[in-house]
Amino acid sequence: MTPLEQIDRALAIAKRPDVIFTSYGDMLRVPGSTVDLFNVRAKGGDVRVVYSPLESLKIAQANPDKEVVFFAIGFETTAPPNAMAVQQAQKQNIKNFSVVVSHVCVPPAMEAILSSKKNRVQAFLAAGHVCAVMGYHEYLPISQKYKVPIVVTGFEPVDLLRGVLAAVKQLEAGQAEAENAYTRAVTLEGNLPAQKVVNTIFQPVDRKWRGIGMIPLSGLGLRPEFESFDAEKKFSVGEIITQESPLCIAGEILQGLKKPPQCSVFGKECTPSSPVGAPMVSAEGACSAYYRYHREEVSA
Amino acid sequence: MCLSIPGKITEIYTDGSLLMGKVDFGGALKEVCLDYVPEAQKGQYVLIHVGFAISVLDEEEAQETLSTLREMAALDEELSSDEIR
Repeated sequence: MTPLEQIDRALAIAKRPDVIFTSYGDMLRVPGSTVDLFNVRAKGGDVRVVYSPLESLKIAQANPDKEVVFFAIGFETTAPPNAMAVQQAQKQNIKNFSVVVSHVCVPPAMEAILSSKKNRVQAFLAAGHVCAVMGYHEYLPISQKYKVPIVVTGFEPVDLLRGVLAAVKQLEAGQAEAENAYTRAVTLEGNLPAQKVVNTIFQPVDRKWRGIGMIPLSGLGLRPEFESFDAEKKFSVGEIITQESPLCIAGEILQGLKKPPQCSVFGKECTPSSPVGAPMVSAEGACSAYYRYHREEVSA
Repeated sequence: MCLSIPGKITEIYTDGSLLMGKVDFGGALKEVCLDYVPEAQKGQYVLIHVGFAISVLDEEEAQETLSTLREMAALDEELSSDEIR
């Protein structure tokens, strides 16, 4: 989801000799306009993969002569861990730690898709782990307003089947409700302590989505009082103008308008080992899943 | 983004101001932050995302999913024995 210029700004910071750049593993292969984080590392940049944002803090404490930057990205699920890292950095007065923030939120994106004239989506499976943090109360007005079933769904195969079944049952009965099919992990109100820390550190901001464009208030950014942890301000990266690959149709795929095999570079120039667009990068991306499990071409 | 996975809490302690713990992922032990699930108890299952527990799993509800799984397995067996016949 992270727009190209955001990746390029992160790459510009990662290239600096005084910086140790830390990131979740799946961001390393996300292509910027010319290189990715792997290339930066290959050319001598100190790019490290962390499992938890708290590891970045430990790296900062162990390397007081370096600037440690963490790529704080993801949906509402990673927002609480990333917010906690910033809060701890402030509490422990760790000054050589900062973050590149590019958080995105599900409900505004859902509304952007549903309010589009081209919309073809009839029902949503709401990502269960986003809902574990945020609850699913935000989806009640959306399902009512757009008359679309929204089913909170877990990630085990049987959970997915349960979610699909619940959505189909609603569609057949002509219902449009926000329903929880992942009750073992999700409650209506979500994880309140996590939401509290997120709201302390971050605030809603307009966010550009890769391949889709700007969606108002669809992201999270640092609150002004935590500006000293903003890596983009710290290193004055400035404006970077980029151009997406004209061949990649990630935006249409993310909106359900086209399927990955309809893309001219799918499986050719764009593969999981050399992705052109974001949905080809991690295993749960639509293009990557099609690449792995799509059977049509084999039988054709 | 990396998916969340469930694990069982085997130990709870504090590190500075943070509530931390050890979680067993089917044999592999990992340190995780439990600050967002202060109600969690040793022996409970929690959902872990990037080193943080984000939800305590409800065992009763989990049993329901497991019974669906078992039903599917039973159905699968029934169908394949039909095929043999």
